[in-house]
Amino acid sequence: MNDVPRDIQGNPVRVGLPMAMLAELTHRCPLACPYCSNPVELARVQTELTAAEWGDAFRQAADMGVLQVHLSGGEPASRRDLTEIATAAHDAGLYVNLITSGIGLTQARLQELDGVVDHVQLSLQGIDAEMADWISGYGGSFARKMQVAEWVRQIGFPMTLNAVVHRQNLDRLPEMIDLAERLGCRRIEVATVQFHGWADLNRRPLMPTLAQAQRAREVVNDARKRLRGVMVIDYVPADHHAAFPKACMGGWASTGLNIAPDGVVLPCHAAQTIKGLQFQNLRDAPLADIWRDGPAFNAFRGTAWLPEPCATCDRREVDFGGCRCQAMAMAGDPTATDPVCSRSSFNARLRAEAEADAASDDIALVYRRMAKERRI
Amino acid sequence: MAHRLNNACVPYLPRGVRLHDDRVRGIRVLLAPERAMQLDAVGDAILTELDGKRSLAEVILVLCQRYQAPVEQIEGDVREFITGLVDRRMVHLACAGAEHE
Repeated sequence: MNDVPRDIQGNPVRVGLPMAMLAELTHRCPLACPYCSNPVELARVQTELTAAEWGDAFRQAADMGVLQVHLSGGEPASRRDLTEIATAAHDAGLYVNLITSGIGLTQARLQELDGVVDHVQLSLQGIDAEMADWISGYGGSFARKMQVAEWVRQIGFPMTLNAVVHRQNLDRLPEMIDLAERLGCRRIEVATVQFHGWADLNRRPLMPTLAQAQRAREVVNDARKRLRGVMVIDYVPADHHAAFPKACMGGWASTGLNIAPDGVVLPCHAAQTIKGLQFQNLRDAPLADIWRDGPAFNAFRGTAWLPEPCATCDRREVDFGGCRCQAMAMAGDPTATDPVCSRSSFNARLRAEAEADAASDDIALVYRRMAKERRI
Repeated sequence: MAHRLNNACVPYLPRGVRLHDDRVRGIRVLLAPERAMQLDAVGDAILTELDGKRSLAEVILVLCQRYQAPVEQIEGDVREFITGLVDRRMVHLACAGAEHE
């Protein structure tokens, strides 16, 4: 038995302390957003962790150094025992973020969560019912969401609006920022769709144009000046128009971990798209052992495993070679330089494909649904 | 409207922002939506004095007494620190004549 954690090439790695944990309580969701970050193979309700198992996971996480937990899904409100789960996270000493579409939350449920949940993050699919209900595949979602936003405000939870943007709605970004301000949000997160999983099936209708991405950058910069001290704007630009990749997860298995609804522990929510990685379940091993010794966690820790051009790049400690899942998807090799990087040999192809997708007039969406519900 | 920070304003940690003892790392942190900020001893001392009642001027005086330092030396640091957190919405201000959130 070799005690030293080692990366995918056998180099010893340093294991840090995790700070944030994403808890995907369920893959169930009333909405069917075509860019959902859940895997295309969704976990069944029968396999979901119980509230008691989540409570145990939260206590283990807090002992390991986790400070914040993000209760997400699917739609976390689809769990009838959401209050019990959130209370366990709070009692473990964690800062509790509730990441929700709002659909399924009632005023009574929100009142139960008062004093338990520290912060509510509400997703936004569009600026009006026509856009939001089309993108989410759920009639009436926008009206319900606005009602939930009002309850959240009345109770006094701090709220972030999480606007997911793509070619169909990016031109209305100024109105999204205005809406967040009107709702009294302290923060808005403007996140361009990441083209993995479900979103990859919808590249043609969703890929933003270069002109849209440039305009969005101007809108964000102007709004940041105007709203300084009023509302913070976090902006995740389109990967495909950037010169360099993002530091995915702030570096693989450096500060964050993710628990899927069935208890599988992941270095990032899309890690299961990387074939050959071995994942463990918190039903079978202590979380701290998985974090320290899990082969999937150690595979891409640090920078020693990086290939050229990353190995000698002066940005290797900035972006750690970018996203492993994107490397897998495009280069067919999870150790490759993220194709988003201008120094990747796949970058020209990635840009050409993005340009072609963005020029498409295809607006047929493949909605995210559980296999048995999926319409063919 | 964003508030201008003056000495009569009462700075406070709004709901969703709190000081936390990080027992695993042995440090103090400020927890906020999607943020965890490590605090040094000075930052911790400043934020610990924000009780929602004392004005900025009073907070500065308390810190001057505790560290036995002249106002000129303390005031700039405190204002800069608080202003940075106000811009990030991690500290709110109640200012006379202005309705605060």
